[in-house]
Amino acid sequence: MTITRRDFIRAMALKSAAVAAATMFPGISFASWKPTDLPADSILWSKTPCRFCGTGCGLLVGVSGERAVAVKGDPNCSVNKGLCCVKGYHSIQILYGKDRFTTAYVRKDGKMVATPIEEALDIVAAQMKSAIEKTGKDSVAIYGSGQWSIPDGYAASKFFKGCIGTNNVEANARLCMASAVTGCLTTFGLDEPMGCYEDIDNADVFITWGNNMAEMHPVLFSRMLANRKSKTHVQIIDLTTRSTRSSLAADKSILFNPQSDLAIANAICYEIINNNWVNQAFVTDHVSFHTGKTNIGYGTEDHFAFSDKAETVDFEAYKTFLKDYTPELAEKISGVSAEDIKYLAALYGDPEKKVTSFWTMGMNQHTRGTWINNLVYNIHLLTGKISSPGNSPFSLTGQPSACGTVREVGTLTHKLPHGVVMNEDHRKMAAKIWGVPESNIDPKPTYHTVEMFRALDRGDINFMWIQVTNPMVTMPNLTRYRDGAKKDGRFIVVSEIYPTPTSDVADVILPSALWVEREGFFGNSERRTQHNAQLVPKPGEAMCNTWQLIQVARRLGFEKQFPWSQDSYIEDIWNEYTKFHDSPKHRMASYKELTERSGVQWPFVDGKETRWRYNGKYDPACQGDTWDFYGKPDHRAWVWLRPYEPPAESPDRDYPFWLNTGRVLEHWHTGSMTRRIPILHKAMPESYVEINPEDAKNMGVVNGSKVKIISRRGSIVMKASINGRGNPPMGMVFVPFFDESYLINEVTLDAFCPISKQPDYKKCAVKLEKV
Amino acid sequence: MPIFSFLAYPEKSMKDQLIKDLSEMQYCEVKPSENREVLILLTDTPDEETSKTLIDTIKDLKSLQSLSMTFGHTDL
Repeated sequence: MTITRRDFIRAMALKSAAVAAATMFPGISFASWKPTDLPADSILWSKTPCRFCGTGCGLLVGVSGERAVAVKGDPNCSVNKGLCCVKGYHSIQILYGKDRFTTAYVRKDGKMVATPIEEALDIVAAQMKSAIEKTGKDSVAIYGSGQWSIPDGYAASKFFKGCIGTNNVEANARLCMASAVTGCLTTFGLDEPMGCYEDIDNADVFITWGNNMAEMHPVLFSRMLANRKSKTHVQIIDLTTRSTRSSLAADKSILFNPQSDLAIANAICYEIINNNWVNQAFVTDHVSFHTGKTNIGYGTEDHFAFSDKAETVDFEAYKTFLKDYTPELAEKISGVSAEDIKYLAALYGDPEKKVTSFWTMGMNQHTRGTWINNLVYNIHLLTGKISSPGNSPFSLTGQPSACGTVREVGTLTHKLPHGVVMNEDHRKMAAKIWGVPESNIDPKPTYHTVEMFRALDRGDINFMWIQVTNPMVTMPNLTRYRDGAKKDGRFIVVSEIYPTPTSDVADVILPSALWVEREGFFGNSERRTQHNAQLVPKPGEAMCNTWQLIQVARRLGFEKQFPWSQDSYIEDIWNEYTKFHDSPKHRMASYKELTERSGVQWPFVDGKETRWRYNGKYDPACQGDTWDFYGKPDHRAWVWLRPYEPPAESPDRDYPFWLNTGRVLEHWHTGSMTRRIPILHKAMPESYVEINPEDAKNMGVVNGSKVKIISRRGSIVMKASINGRGNPPMGMVFVPFFDESYLINEVTLDAFCPISKQPDYKKCAVKLEKV
Repeated sequence: MPIFSFLAYPEKSMKDQLIKDLSEMQYCEVKPSENREVLILLTDTPDEETSKTLIDTIKDLKSLQSLSMTFGHTDL
């Protein structure tokens, strides 16, 4: 049997439609059609995690000759069970955009000139060396991302922290996951969720907090819908500041005022206690109560510093604290009726219902992001609905390896692959594994992401290497940071696959190998590590980011620390990296196991994955067979007394609208890859501003009218969308940030959570003008 | 030479009519569900202009309630 490429694509088109139909209508059948069987020898199928979000869907990529030609969901991957979203199905097309960087470029006399990559790497090494000699080790920095494969982040951390001796290592996961990290650390003492995606199949109630899963995590959303379809009692409650596709699918959607989730969470806890729904045995045995500092600021000024101070209190103090958050008082702050708050509390408090809470950027991109993470954990801790099937507070990840690379390898200024730079034992472990003197590892963190770009603007940093991310689109208060990067005396290296606003400010562009053009590992939201082999050749002189780092490190004299051959360096790095996690709390699967399986969850002990941490029935690190929150010295999870505090900037007479920013289904973050996939680009060709129909009517604005959005920092003109995909309440506008033609972050504010240092992209004040 | 697939939803009680309407159109292939009010539509046209015209025509069908794209490939 022969089959043409056209036949193949037609077959894939039909399959895509059938899968989409099966997602929406479980049990649907198409009796008149059987999928075309393709000749087995024409396509070689290999597993890989998807390149896009942190769900970690398993894909099978079909390769014909040297070209990836098809994608299908991996039925052996428990994450997606063969399903993909629209980005996943089209993912291989990101490899073949017409403007791929296939050679290095170096800025010469103001122009970017194609340059052999070895020469470009020489220039990068020479500039780094010169900067360190002239202005010190802390004048050089690397900024990566949650799209870094694990070996990329590991090599960057070892090179910069272990060899050069600077903690100037940050990643864009600071912009999306940092509050989830500090939320976990402050409540449980260890990072990353305790639950897993099996919670989706077991929960009776889902409460999503500021989270549009229908667009951002569509495969997990489909699993939620499938659970509801199969069990009539399952409910989905959408707590949100703006109506979305998720709101439409939910059983109930509750709109709340921006930032007031803090008050709602406390009011739910008040109601749980007031109605005697507290799981007293769980609280007595496994929970302790704590306060921290209040009125903690917003970080809008340079050199802002904050450190929290915990004090232990008792349950009675907690009850007294909650008296400020009766449902009636919380209604005044949140705009949510006391009746709805009581309804939410009744769902969480019902001992017969298993409840899973999901959140992403609504809670994490928040000037009190750590606090709201703490407060949702409080609800689950008071009711004992945690670390058991279906009972799960769960922060979903936005990037494919924000967990695997940034959180687990620790590519943040204060982190090491195991622990933090401030801890002497952790530094000793790192120095021993890395083969460097302990004195090399600086015990003091330097700059978190916003402060790192402020340091670049000030000139405290004058060399920055940016890999796998696009900060000249994503930084809040963008104009300052773009202007800073372009100042004289700054040297910017960008490892990229396509031209972006970030490569526009580069002095050297290094062409990167992408996804299945190199071997690597991602780690998804549920502690699952996934390996991908190199499936297709790299284009031109494109080079794996890990290998770029190794090459520059060797040029700076660190051959001993980076001795590996090009044939086996990914496996060698994995074997070295996993020494950092060799304990029942975080043991990881071997290289061999990961190459053979569609992902393995850690802790992986005695050949067994851990589905639920901190529960002795499932977690081998626990003492005994009940709950053991072993991350904290008292082996208890901490309930925090965190108050409502207002956002850094709220609408006023001059700037009367909230600006909320976010993403759309079709595009991956800044769109540098998905906008080069023709079908996704056509489906969502440009960004827009969502305006409430009443506000639009009052302004005389109709669909497609041009509107100027003005804040105290900048302005932008874009087309209005009314009653489109989403609908903000009166007094709010929403803008997706995927389109580099409309840099909405020139308008946003660089305020952040003082504990996590994660900026708040969801709330600032703007005014609108009809253009 | 674009290829697209869609889920096509008929107006109430007009599934058979929608199948007939689409089946009679050039460049269209229809796979109706036997147990749901939805059908798969595959369009395979010689060029982008024909594709656009075809889809506009389909959208005007009285038997069609809505059309949801599930796959598209234009680089053939």
